[in-house]
Amino acid sequence: MKGIFESLRKTRNAVFGQIANLFGAGEIDENTWDELESLLIQGDVGVETTLALIGKLRARIKEEGVYRAADLNRIVYEEILALLPEAPPLNLKWPLAVILIVGVNGSGKTTSIGKLAAHYRREGRKVVLAAADTFRAAAMDQLKVWGERAGVPVIDGPEGGDPSSVAYDAIEYAQSRKADMLIVDTAGRLHTQHNLMAEMEKIQRIIARRVAWAPHETFLVLDANTGQNGLIQAQQFLKAVKVSGIVLAKLDSSARGGMVLSIGHQLNLPVRYVGTGEKIEDMAPFDREAFVKGLLEQ
Amino acid sequence: MFESLSDKLQAVFNKLGKRGILREEDVKAVLREIRLALLEADVNYKVVKDFIDRVREDAVGAELSKALNPAQQVVKIVHQELMITLGEPGRLELRGHAPYILMLVGLQGSGKTTMVGKLARHLRATGHFPLMVAADTYRPAAITQLEVLGRQLNIPVYSDHGKTRPPDICVNALEDARKRGSDVVLLDTAGRLQLDDDMMAELEAIRSRVRPIEVLLVADAMTGQEAVNIAQGFHERVGLTGLILTKVDGDARGGAAISMRAVTGVPIKFLGTGEKLGALEPFHPDRLASRILGMGDMLSLIERAELAFDEAQAEEMERKLRKGEFDLEDFLEQLRQVRRMGPLDELLKMIPGVGKMLQGADLDKVEAEKNLKYVEAMILSMTKEERRNPRILNASRKRRIAAGSGTTVQQINQLLGQHRQMQKMLKQVKEGKLRGLPRLF
Repeated sequence: MKGIFESLRKTRNAVFGQIANLFGAGEIDENTWDELESLLIQGDVGVETTLALIGKLRARIKEEGVYRAADLNRIVYEEILALLPEAPPLNLKWPLAVILIVGVNGSGKTTSIGKLAAHYRREGRKVVLAAADTFRAAAMDQLKVWGERAGVPVIDGPEGGDPSSVAYDAIEYAQSRKADMLIVDTAGRLHTQHNLMAEMEKIQRIIARRVAWAPHETFLVLDANTGQNGLIQAQQFLKAVKVSGIVLAKLDSSARGGMVLSIGHQLNLPVRYVGTGEKIEDMAPFDREAFVKGLLEQ
Repeated sequence: MFESLSDKLQAVFNKLGKRGILREEDVKAVLREIRLALLEADVNYKVVKDFIDRVREDAVGAELSKALNPAQQVVKIVHQELMITLGEPGRLELRGHAPYILMLVGLQGSGKTTMVGKLARHLRATGHFPLMVAADTYRPAAITQLEVLGRQLNIPVYSDHGKTRPPDICVNALEDARKRGSDVVLLDTAGRLQLDDDMMAELEAIRSRVRPIEVLLVADAMTGQEAVNIAQGFHERVGLTGLILTKVDGDARGGAAISMRAVTGVPIKFLGTGEKLGALEPFHPDRLASRILGMGDMLSLIERAELAFDEAQAEEMERKLRKGEFDLEDFLEQLRQVRRMGPLDELLKMIPGVGKMLQGADLDKVEAEKNLKYVEAMILSMTKEERRNPRILNASRKRRIAAGSGTTVQQINQLLGQHRQMQKMLKQVKEGKLRGLPRLF
């Protein structure tokens, strides 16, 4: 978890870290709440979730008659933590576990898949990748490079071909080679494009037809720099496919990632992994307590 | 989720009732709504603060107009202030000696490589001879991606497949451009964080060695509060000359554009509006201001309509309409023209007020698209004779058409009913007594 702490240090200092200072100094008054509101919004937490959080904090502080800074910090920690849903164990204990990766253009899907492949391989799984982004120029080549780095085979198809048939071929391949995990890359799509969202549903359907209960996990890859549109993206992708978790990509030194609080709060969707850099080991499972501590630590 | 600002303000003013006098707390409530609307649109917190101060000054001094209600007046002031902040649209500055060098910079995944392709296509269409330079040696297959775009566009690409460092690649590319007679050189640099010192130093090296006439920051329209630091970071290190906003075809409000423009002061030059290489639009401050406020986008709608409609066809249609000869064949043509303008829901969203009505009505959108497809199938299953003269459609013909188009006789009757209603309305137009429009969808 060192990775997450590391990557949050600058964010913390710039934005959230000031929350601790806020409650350290003297009386809590209207200015304190205004300041807190400003810090949360600057962390991309979003207006709705920010106001809900502040409402809760005010109520609790009044109810519990709290005035010590240390207690305040504990309450802030608890309430922010409560926004992030606890994740159930990953549903990957299958003879062939299938993970579908979706997201908008440029969110970091392909890079995240490379890192995930390496991660699961370290855990001893036999991984195959499906390059079902047949649309964007050279997207399949990009995944192949990551496949080489992670040491796992990549199944692709003709450029501009049907992504569902790539997924189909990859399942056949994985089953014939006795692989126990398949990660399917899909083309980036904006959630406003109905036809592309329908295409994604079709990929999900084809996978379900070939492998029982698959896809077992569907990860939405979100760019940590995304603002309030992140919530809408998650809502729309949820409508089309069974998104089961978030991969928060590019949570590098300056990114905020605050929108995962509003996604957690409003959609009850857990964050599964956090990606930070461009190296293959730059990914860690998400730890909500470490994440929130990282946000608030001075 | 998003209500338009005018709706929210209207709610505030409704509370005023007939009192009609603005007290200080009313002004405060109004400014609060504006502030929240801008924050929801991802405009940077500090930028919003300055902005609200300016609006407060304008609003206090403003004379109350009788023509507009108070909500409309405030929205007008906010809209104007937004347009001032967004600034005039920028053009590519191709001055001095060719080759003109355009350098694209930005974070990972902002859309630089695709934008290089779009700009090259645009420049080619306006009489230039562009050369695209693959200077991203870091991201796997970035060079291949640019080469594929080059083949699709039939525009040359310079790359040395990572044999030398990006600054050398760019210098060598200039030599190549001179040999080829290219007059514009587009540099596709690797995505990088503005805080990554080594990577930023590389951009500085490229800049000082090739002296680009334009340094364009390519930024994702969905960017949140960090937009300010991104733009500032790049501006301080490499000196931006313009901004390009990508993925504008999504439903992000695009408040990041205001933030970036406010901190750098450089103009917004283009918007990327889709995955296709032709999806590049000049920047219109009024439209983006409307979008940020959730006020719809009538202008874009009108422009799309203009693009989709063929003038000769329109004249022919008009002639037919005048004569009252609007048969099912024409009906089909009309439908197709509407469809060419884009997905229905997208079109509807551009109409002010409708965007809000559509919230949570996703099923209906899909339903409406489906209905259009059925109508098309039904008409295509008719003979030419039947299309020209629907009156000959008897029960047996209707059954045949239903079977052929996968619909029911009921649906066919519905379509014929709509068509009859339309003809009736056309007659009224001819006789100069048009009232309501028929419900097409």
